[in-house]
Amino acid sequence: MSKIHVKTRINGEAAEFLCEPDETLLEALRDRLHLTGTKEGCGSGDCGACSVTVNGRLVASCLMLAAEAEGAEIGTIEGLAKGAELDVLQRKFVEHAALQCGICTPGFLVASKALLEKNPDPTEEEVRYWLAGNLCRCTGYDKIIRAVLDAAAEMRRA
Amino acid sequence: MALDEYEKRDFKVVGKRMPRPDAIDKVTGRALYGADMHVPGMLVGKILRSPHAHARIKAIDTSAAEALEGVRAVVTGADFPDIAPGEARNVRDNTMARDKALYDGHAVAAVAATSAAIARKALKLIRVEYEILPHVTEISDAMKPDAPVVQEGFVQENVPEGFSENVISYHQYGHGDLDAGFAQADKVITRRFRTAATHQGYIEPHAALASFGADGTADLWVCTQGHYFVRQLCAEILQMDQAQLRVTASEIGGGFGGKTTCFIEPVALMLSKKAGAPVKLVMTRQEVFRASGPTVSSEIEVRMGMTKDGRITAAEAELHYQGGAFPNITVQFGAMAAFACYDLQAVQTRGYNVLTNRPKQAAYRAPGAPMAIYAVESVVDELCQEFDLDPLEVRLKNAARKGTRASYGPTYPDIGLVATLEAAQAHPHYSAPLGPNQARGVACGFWFNFGGDTSVSLSVDFDGSITVTEGNPDIGGSRVSIAMMAAEELGVPYESVRAVVTDTGSLGHNEVTDGSRVTFAVGLATIKAARAAKREMCRRAAKIWGIDEDAVVWEDGCAKPAGPNAGKFEPLSIKEIAAKSSRTGGPISGHHEVNAEGAGVSFGVHIADVEVDPETGHTKVVRYTVFQDAGKAVHPAYVEGQMQGGAAQGIGWALNEEYIYDEQGRLVNPGFLDYRIPVASDLPYIDAVILEIPNPGHPYGVRGVGETGIVPPLATLSNAVSRAIGRRMYELPMSPPRILKAIKGG
Repeated sequence: MSKIHVKTRINGEAAEFLCEPDETLLEALRDRLHLTGTKEGCGSGDCGACSVTVNGRLVASCLMLAAEAEGAEIGTIEGLAKGAELDVLQRKFVEHAALQCGICTPGFLVASKALLEKNPDPTEEEVRYWLAGNLCRCTGYDKIIRAVLDAAAEMRRA
Repeated sequence: MALDEYEKRDFKVVGKRMPRPDAIDKVTGRALYGADMHVPGMLVGKILRSPHAHARIKAIDTSAAEALEGVRAVVTGADFPDIAPGEARNVRDNTMARDKALYDGHAVAAVAATSAAIARKALKLIRVEYEILPHVTEISDAMKPDAPVVQEGFVQENVPEGFSENVISYHQYGHGDLDAGFAQADKVITRRFRTAATHQGYIEPHAALASFGADGTADLWVCTQGHYFVRQLCAEILQMDQAQLRVTASEIGGGFGGKTTCFIEPVALMLSKKAGAPVKLVMTRQEVFRASGPTVSSEIEVRMGMTKDGRITAAEAELHYQGGAFPNITVQFGAMAAFACYDLQAVQTRGYNVLTNRPKQAAYRAPGAPMAIYAVESVVDELCQEFDLDPLEVRLKNAARKGTRASYGPTYPDIGLVATLEAAQAHPHYSAPLGPNQARGVACGFWFNFGGDTSVSLSVDFDGSITVTEGNPDIGGSRVSIAMMAAEELGVPYESVRAVVTDTGSLGHNEVTDGSRVTFAVGLATIKAARAAKREMCRRAAKIWGIDEDAVVWEDGCAKPAGPNAGKFEPLSIKEIAAKSSRTGGPISGHHEVNAEGAGVSFGVHIADVEVDPETGHTKVVRYTVFQDAGKAVHPAYVEGQMQGGAAQGIGWALNEEYIYDEQGRLVNPGFLDYRIPVASDLPYIDAVILEIPNPGHPYGVRGVGETGIVPPLATLSNAVSRAIGRRMYELPMSPPRILKAIKGG
């Protein structure tokens, strides 16, 4: 079985890779491109640790075939900061101690970014329901919700 | 016990909310976890697992798998050497079955291949001939004299007669005259409780990358709570010297006790040894549920007597725990913890440990305590309702305090339960109005906390910055706390200190990150290492000044001349002493090695408001407040985080989470869709109130804080739900069907 050649753009730069027909986008990101910031927590779309954006839409990369990324614009955690300058969400997660072990953090940040781009002024309830697809086992979500609301407030002020 | 360590002081760094050193790496994706490491020539490992709950392995034919192109090694139980009985042998037999598959998911063979696809294909080519045996997964079934025996030869001498060979250990604690105590009560009740097995639910599956050299040395990269213990177990299982195996702990994606032992590491090493190449082995989520270490399930009976004014006159409990197919000591912790919150004249606990055809349990945050204290706190609440007494008043009346003889033996030094209960009573949450279908529950919790073997090295680098080298994986912000304690003790800015978690080849032994021990014990060793460095820096300053070293003191991050020389020389900063260190005797380090005693016990009190939908039986937690004694909160944000995280896990345990087995003994919900842990929309903000009753066993008064928080939620929620629906609940989880059944009088 020969591999599929995929041309795509990742975090604003051209990227290409060879993949198996049944390989997921998550596997291609991690094992072919070594972009290991995107995590696998379940492989079944239940935990959100593998969240990326595909053409601006929030996607569980473990549920998408790598070959489907042909021609797409992929956004991963590695593209969130602009060089050394952290995104507001990243800064607020650090300030609010919104992470403990940190394994779910990339997924939460990518998902939160997608939320705030859609809805710059979410309520606490809206944040909780948007992030209900991302599991965190350490924090009880308290500080994550506060960090996202604080980031939204700061982005609105800017 | 070392209970004279604490000295009152004004803190400059400790108690502030400093940025943690690993945070940037974790928000940018740079941090490397277990599965994130790639090395040249790396093979992919996969494990074949038993589909049967209990089966004799009659034969394994691996020839077709071995013949497949790209397969470099196949491993079965026959590849592992014989070793003496003990925990390493149990771990060996759990990570790869030998004669019998003992539970659904038990590993029976493993392969290493050049790709994941080839490895998966190879697993399908392995032929295992099973003889299916009768199985047993439930506690009461497994205890019956004629029950199928899971494993023979584990029964300890003191186990009472009349049970099957699955009942392997018995533990008893207590004091006083029970009959006399119960005779003084106005009411004595006996109640039975059941709790389901739950899983720690860390988001990162187990992962290990093993590389065995032709010279017999090996390297292991692994997500673990304790890489020294991994080394100890793997070295014994593979019959090699510990010094020949270097283990490096990756960043860890959650553990909660579940990563305190080995589930795949010996297999990864054996595959690498046979293949002659590095092998990465990563569990799938399904494997994590089926074949890592969930907690025990329990059946508990509590008998308690109370006077009508709320004094507990006597109490006893019998605890039956199953923790899968191998021995464990969790029921012992449960029997010790059950009544630890109370000052009782007559008390007894009896714990039985039972083998079943389920995965080998591992620790889960305060192992053994949540279910025991759930049962006790439920009975206390029922008696409070019986006599129409305030549940916090009754707990205050019976609370353990300094000088109380604990039900498990020791006499308590300064402890924080009374202060914690008073804080809960005074908090606005306790008197806030409730809405329709809502009720409030409260409960106490307790955990022992632990110290243990610890090594720390603290280097004063030539530029005056400080490197603290420690050996405990940082599971929730311990590096920041340790760096803060070093900065505090040396009197230097926090920013000049970096705490590094090192590999087993670079520092002496460290006990696992468990028992809420790291901030306590590694902190204690860091403070002592800093004191050793200060003594050395005073000696160097004396040398520079040409005065006696006894005439130098350390103040505000500087060496200063004292006594008759006071004021004669300008103070020397760490920077200045460090810059000259090569010429005054060489590099400067402080180090400290200790088996830390004096870990202070910790108590918590939780208040929950719930709303139960009478139509669906669904419970919504509308308000939740945690009160807990931290001794001294080194980094309050991460202490709050432990309290909030523990509460959330306990809420999941109380309302949703359970291992469900079918009639064939197969786990039917090994995934996050069907084993549902709380999500963001299930929970309210969790308010955390930190109390600080200094631990006399730590220089800064620190107590462990990680585990106590999971203990109270089980009873807190059960008490709240029981009051909301007007019927007492006796079983966890309180899933909607179970609550509906209770409402309808089932």
